[in-house]
Amino acid sequence: MLEIKDLHASINGKEILKGINLTIKDGEVHALMGQNGAGKSTLSNVLVGHPAYEVTQGSIIFNGKDLLALKPEERAHEGIFMSFQTPVEIPGVSMVNFMRAAVNAKRKYLGEEPLTAGEFLKIMREKRKIVELDNKLANRSVNEGFSGGEKKRNEIFQMAMLEPTFAILDETDSGLDVDALRIVADGFNKLRKENTSAMVITHYQRLLDYLKPDIVHVLLNGKIVKTGGPELALEIENRGFDWIKAEIEA
Amino acid sequence: MKSEQQYIELFEQCRQMLSSHSCEVMDSLRDEAFTTFQRLGLPNRKVERYKYTDAQEAFAPNYGLNLNRLDIPVNPYDVFKCDVPNMSTLLYFIVNDAFHSKELPKYQPEEGVIITSLKDAATRYPELVMKYYGQIAKKAETPLSTTPEGQYVDGEFIPMHKNNEPDAITALNTMLTQDGLFIYLPKNTVQDKTIQVINILTSKVDLMVNRRVLMVLEEGAQAKVLFCDHAMDDVNFLTTQVVEVFAAKGSSLELYELEETHVKNKRFSNLYVQQHEESKVTLNSLTLHNGYTRNMTYVGLVGEQAEVNLYGGVIADKKQHVDNHTLVDHQVPKCISNELYKYVLDEEAVGAFAGRILVRQEAQQTESQETNANLCATKTAHMYTQPMLEIYADDVKCNHGATVGQLNEAALFYMRQRGISLEEAKLLLKFAFVGEVIDKVDLEPLRDRLHYLVEKRFRGELNKCTGCKLCK
Repeated sequence: MLEIKDLHASINGKEILKGINLTIKDGEVHALMGQNGAGKSTLSNVLVGHPAYEVTQGSIIFNGKDLLALKPEERAHEGIFMSFQTPVEIPGVSMVNFMRAAVNAKRKYLGEEPLTAGEFLKIMREKRKIVELDNKLANRSVNEGFSGGEKKRNEIFQMAMLEPTFAILDETDSGLDVDALRIVADGFNKLRKENTSAMVITHYQRLLDYLKPDIVHVLLNGKIVKTGGPELALEIENRGFDWIKAEIEA
Repeated sequence: MKSEQQYIELFEQCRQMLSSHSCEVMDSLRDEAFTTFQRLGLPNRKVERYKYTDAQEAFAPNYGLNLNRLDIPVNPYDVFKCDVPNMSTLLYFIVNDAFHSKELPKYQPEEGVIITSLKDAATRYPELVMKYYGQIAKKAETPLSTTPEGQYVDGEFIPMHKNNEPDAITALNTMLTQDGLFIYLPKNTVQDKTIQVINILTSKVDLMVNRRVLMVLEEGAQAKVLFCDHAMDDVNFLTTQVVEVFAAKGSSLELYELEETHVKNKRFSNLYVQQHEESKVTLNSLTLHNGYTRNMTYVGLVGEQAEVNLYGGVIADKKQHVDNHTLVDHQVPKCISNELYKYVLDEEAVGAFAGRILVRQEAQQTESQETNANLCATKTAHMYTQPMLEIYADDVKCNHGATVGQLNEAALFYMRQRGISLEEAKLLLKFAFVGEVIDKVDLEPLRDRLHYLVEKRFRGELNKCTGCKLCK
C-alpha cells in the first residue's frame, strides 16, 4: 500500500525528517510514537502534501503511484485521509456543503456521477450514527463552535463519508475524555475494511488499546529508531523514551 | 477645462428644454441646485468624502443626454420574462430615467398606494411631492447646530462637521433630472407584495442618466422594495441617482438594491433616509457586477427608538471599483443602528468603505454597531477602509471595527485534504464570506436567488450583463 524510502523533508529550511524508511501493507495498522518534535506530524503532513513542507530527498509510492507528484486533493481521491490534530474552523461553510463538495469531487475523479441531494443526505444520516454526531452539528458551519471532542468526532465522521483506504490519525486522542475516545475508536474500527490501513500517531497507550496496532515505530530526531510489535507501545507507556535513546547511543 | 464646466454650460444652454420636459415641482429646485453646483464643482480626491472616488475624472468624458425625452423603443418584458422564482412581485421598469408606464404589473398595489413616474406624480399631486422632494437630502446637509462645531487639540481648532456641506452630485442630479419614480404609502398601509423596480440602461451611444426616486411611507406603513440595476448595451453609461426616503412614525421599510451592470457603467448613487420615531428601515445593497460605483448612504435618525440596519456586499474583480460611503446620524435618544459591509476583491479590483456614525449630544442611549470585513484574494486588489465613530453623548453603547484579510490558508488546505480542489475551496471560502450579508435578507426567495447569483458570479459565469439574471 505505502512505501516510503529515505524520506527527507524540511520546513522553512530546517530539516525535520532525516531519512525515513517505512512500508505499510494492506490492512495493517501502524502506530507512530515519539517525543514532541521528533517529526511525527511532519511525516503525516508530508504524506498529505501540505504546501509548507518541502521534500528534499526520497520517495513515497502509494498503491503503485508516485505520491509526491500528486496534489493534496488528488491524494485524497486516491484514498488518503488525515484526521487533523487541530481541525480547522470554517465559518460560513456548512458541513453539508463541505462534505457534498468533497464526496462529489472524489466521485468525479473516479468517473462517477455526482450524488443527488437526496442520496447524499441519506448517506450523511447513516454515517453520522457511526460516530454519534448530533444532527445539529451537521447543520452548522465546519467545526465552528464545536468542542474539542466534537471536532475529533467530526473528523471520524468525515472519514466515514470519504471511505479512505489509508487513514492517518494525528493525535486524534488528544483532548478526548474516555467516553469520546471510545466513540471515536469504535467508529474507526467499524469503518475499517479488510484492506484499510492506518498510521496512528499518539503519545498514549489508551488509544492503542482500542485500535490494536500490528506494528509500533519509535521516531527520534527525524528517523525511525525502533520498530516492534504492540508490546513496544506498552513498554514505552511504562518506561518512557529515555531507554531507547540510551540504547541507540550505546 | 475642469469637468464641471461642460455641465454648467449644458445647464445654461438647455435650461428651457429641461423645464419643458419636466414639471413645476422638479423645476423649482433647479436654479438653487445650479448655484450650489457652480460653487462646489465636481469633487476630486482632495475632498474628504470623495477621497477614494474621483468624480472629476469620472464625469470628464462627454456623454449624451436625452433631455428632449425621446422615446426609447424597448419592451422590457422581451428581456425580462419572469420574476424572482417563487416570489410574485409588483414589477415596474425604469428605462434610463423614465418610468415605463406602458408595462404595468398584473397585480394592483394595496389601496391608496401610489407607484408611478415622479414627473406624473408631481403634476398630479404637487403639494404631496413638494413637501418631500429635495427636502430629505437638504435636511442631511444642514449644519449641526447643537453639537460643537469643532474642538481644540493642543490649542488648535479642528473643525468637525464640514462634511455636512451639500453634495455636488446631488446638486447636479437636482439640476438635470427630469423624471424617475415615486412611491407613496398612506397611513397604516401594509404593502404585502414586494415592489420590484428594474432599472434598465439602454442606448446606442454613450449616455448620462439622472434618475430620481422619492419614497414616502406615512405613519405605520410597511413596504418591501427591490431595485435591480442593469445595463443592456455595450456603451459607456454614467448614472447619477438620488433616492430620498421618508419613513414616518412606526413605518417599516426593507430596501434591497442589486447592481448587476457592466464594466463600462459608472454609477453615483446618493440615498437619503429620514427616520421618525419607532420606524424601522433595513437597507441591503449588493454590488454583484459593475464598472465604477460610488454609493453614498445618509440615514438621519430624527425620531426616538428608530432602528436602521445597513448591510452591503461587494464582489469585484478585473479593475472594478466600488466605494460605499455611509453616514448614520443619531440625532435623538434611544435609536439603534447596525451596519455590516463585506467585500471580496479579486484581481485588480479596488474597494473603499467609509462609514461614519455620528452620535449627537442629545442622542443618549444610542446603540450602534459597525463592521466592515474585507477579503483581498490577490496581491493586486486594494481595499481602503475607514470606520468612524463620532460620539458627543455620554450614555451610549457603540462599537466599530474593520478587517482586511486574505483567504485562510489553513482552511484551504483542510478542504484540499478532503478532496476539494484549490479553486473550489477558494470559491467556498469567498462564498461563505459574503454569504453573511445575504443571510440578512428577510425575503426567502430573494435570499436563495442571491446566494445562487453570488455563486455564479464567483464561478465567472456573470461576466457581463445578459439581461436580468434575477428573472431568468
